Amino acid sequence: MTKLFVDGVEVEVPAGSSVLQACEVAGREIPRFCYHERLSVAGNCRMCLVEVEKAPKPVASCAYPVAEGMKVFTDTPMVRNARRNVMEFLLINHPLDCPICDQGGECDLQDQAVAYGKDGSRFLEQKRAVKDKYVGPLIKTIMNRCIHCTRCIRFATEVAGVPELGATGRGENMEVGTYVEKALTTELAGNLIDLCPVGALTSRPYAFVSRPWELRKTDSVDVLDAVGAAIRIDTRGPEVLRILPRTNEDVNEEWLGDRSRFSFDGLKRKRLDRPWIRRDGKLVAASWPEAFAAIAEKLKPLSGDRIGAVAGDLVDAESVVALKDLMAGLGSENLDCRQDGAALDASRREFYVFGSGIAGIDDADALVIIGSNPRTEAPVLNARIRKRWLAGKFPVGFVGPAGIDLTYPVTALGEGPSAIADAAAILKDAKHPMVLVGRGALARPDGAAVAAAAWALLRGAEGLRADWNGFCVLHQFGGQVGALDLGFVPGPQGRSLGGMLGGGVDALWLLGADGFDPALIGPETFVIYQGHHGDRAASRADVILPGAAYTEKEATYVNTEGRVQRGRAAVAPPGEAREDWRILRAFSAVLGTPLPYDTIEAVRARMAAVNPVFGSGFLTAACSDPAGPAGDPAALGDAPFVPPIPVYWQADCISRASATMAECARVIPPAMAAE
Amino acid sequence: MSEPTEFSFDADSEAKITMILARYPEGKQASAVIPLLYLVQKQMGRLTGSAWLPRVAMDVVADRLGMAPIRVYEVATFYLMFNTKPIGRYHLQVCGTTPCWLRGSDDVLRACKDAGALKGYGDSSADGLFTLTEVECLGGCVNAPVLQVDDDYYEDLDYARTVALIEALKRGERPPIGSSIGRQTSAPEGGPMVLTGAEN
Ligand code: SF4
Ligand code: FES
Ligand code: FES
Repeated sequence: MTKLFVDGVEVEVPAGSSVLQACEVAGREIPRFCYHERLSVAGNCRMCLVEVEKAPKPVASCAYPVAEGMKVFTDTPMVRNARRNVMEFLLINHPLDCPICDQGGECDLQDQAVAYGKDGSRFLEQKRAVKDKYVGPLIKTIMNRCIHCTRCIRFATEVAGVPELGATGRGENMEVGTYVEKALTTELAGNLIDLCPVGALTSRPYAFVSRPWELRKTDSVDVLDAVGAAIRIDTRGPEVLRILPRTNEDVNEEWLGDRSRFSFDGLKRKRLDRPWIRRDGKLVAASWPEAFAAIAEKLKPLSGDRIGAVAGDLVDAESVVALKDLMAGLGSENLDCRQDGAALDASRREFYVFGSGIAGIDDADALVIIGSNPRTEAPVLNARIRKRWLAGKFPVGFVGPAGIDLTYPVTALGEGPSAIADAAAILKDAKHPMVLVGRGALARPDGAAVAAAAWALLRGAEGLRADWNGFCVLHQFGGQVGALDLGFVPGPQGRSLGGMLGGGVDALWLLGADGFDPALIGPETFVIYQGHHGDRAASRADVILPGAAYTEKEATYVNTEGRVQRGRAAVAPPGEAREDWRILRAFSAVLGTPLPYDTIEAVRARMAAVNPVFGSGFLTAACSDPAGPAGDPAALGDAPFVPPIPVYWQADCISRASATMAECARVIPPAMAAE
Repeated sequence: MSEPTEFSFDADSEAKITMILARYPEGKQASAVIPLLYLVQKQMGRLTGSAWLPRVAMDVVADRLGMAPIRVYEVATFYLMFNTKPIGRYHLQVCGTTPCWLRGSDDVLRACKDAGALKGYGDSSADGLFTLTEVECLGGCVNAPVLQVDDDYYEDLDYARTVALIEALKRGERPPIGSSIGRQTSAPEGGPMVLTGAEN
């Protein structure tokens, strides 16, 4: 620890900290453009100048190490003057086009110019003009505004692991871009927009759409991958205009994947906004009572074991518990939330969550990835693995298809499950070994064996302890773990999804279940589709009940590590669509057996009764019992693993409806193409 | 000439690459990026008559050194000695910095334009022979004004001698480099003035 004085206040900071960090500890705000706590230090904008006793010149505090007894002054005439001059230089070539700039109102340069800017310019020469660059369909560039802080370059190189941005030319001719005018091949591009301190990189879909002060901001969580990133949904009137990440150190730090950030335009298209009933082979618009009556008429004569229900990937826990209770009332045990057929053993939580927690990646010291491409399944989580790899001494073994570029080097062990045994060498000396099993690796005939083999691998490496659980299942969507937590799986006599298809049941209730081919449903089966998008399954439905998307309901989701989080309604569902648990509650009344809850609090109390984790929030899944999940590790097949999400941009019903995502899928080459 | 679609080092260059790479410790091969780019430029000059860096060639260098291509583009565009666009067979680089300017670089420039059929800085002649560039001090101020042709310095120039030089280049000749008035290195004009034996 080093002791120093900031404006006369004594502070103590770890040795090697920068003066800027010490100033922050002392509660002094230092203006900055290039410095960012999650990126390397560049020290090129000079906005962070402070005065240090005995130093002959002002020093750039972000790049200046603290020393014992140092006296720092952050607000002297010299400091203010120096910063004013830096600002004047920064503005020399800046176009000052705030009135037409989308960053206006949330721009670091604008804000700091208020504090340090002059009211006029002394620069009479021509300003330089820089050609705008193409960096992909998500980012609009106005490079005249760039102040060369290089944050974007450092983010792409360090965090995203795609060294494709750079500064070419020099001096007056320096330009930031890809040089070859190509779309960045990253799933994290949107973060560049947040990082750019000026309006040089702005959101292309959001261009000229709105001003920040017109927006209503709703804090929520993302469900389009299983990370459960903290987000803020910005809306104006009934429309979602953008989605931004919020900081949650334990989950997404401050990053967000592009599908989670940009696919919201899919919320406006292909929506189910009223009930529909199939009459003479055609779907016709109906009212809620008509739709309910049609379903009730069909279900009443059926015995419970001829009715089934499937929960989709984006479902909220409230609607899952309501559907489960409804099915129980009908006498059905045919429940399944594993549309992909993943052999997830729901009997113990350790078998299906990301045991170490996402933040646990930082503590891991060896990793084996089995049948997963975390880059497309959870880009933010993949960036965290990369961050751990950058910190050094982190062997990564990979069992899965060759040619996948994860942005960090891996030891390819083989393409099929037989290679799992070879992975022991990677984990051999690790104190915190981690085995990341993709959900896709379990969605195959030998899935149970893969789970068991992965578990055995970790047990052999002593990675299943009370103080460390390295068994990490990576799910793909935000609704998947919550449904498992609520036990939405076949009861003792129940059928799984496979058993319900092909005529295994006479009536099938699909709650947002779009993840499997509806043609597999038996032709005689009566299908009820409850959901928000007219995607694959809705076209097969006999009755359609319009539900709410994740931005439209108060809802609970559980992320891949088992963290229970609340999503909030930012806008109302369109048309006659309703919150999903309310639909189920209303229908139960039509059946004459109303579900015993009328308020969301009561539903949540019911959830907590089914699984206490819904009452307690976040439980780390420490492993108390080394006995593994059902499955015979010897029964491994030899089919190679295949990536479960072939196109990152179009993985769920919302992103499939999004024009922005379609454009990304068109121009951005899949990440797996090895360079 | 537009961007070629292919580039590979020839045997000559390969031999040099082996020598160059040996200079750097294992894992620090990226340090060789400048010498390798220079090799590319030389090879292009040798084989096509235009010493420049096509993009594919930069990609080849990146690949050889295990660097991201953009890191190579950054280096190549930073140094003005690397030509990222095709140039003429002879690269006429006129020093326009103060000492040369005081000693008549304007005449050198005029001669280049006249004899080389060039419109001005940045221009290449229609016959593909010459490209004209302004450069900053070449460090040869004692013998100002200086014109650099490719890697060679021609010094103590005036209008007529510059024209003569360019005419020679057109004929495919390479006049002797250095002072054009017979000055020995940077000794005083007109020959030695001290230690001539005449002092005593
Ligand atoms: S584009 Fe933005 S983030 Fe990138 S260097 Fe310019 S100002 Fe910085
Ligand atoms: S923040 Fe310190 S130099 Fe930019
Ligand atoms: S000024 Fe021309 S060589 Fe120095």
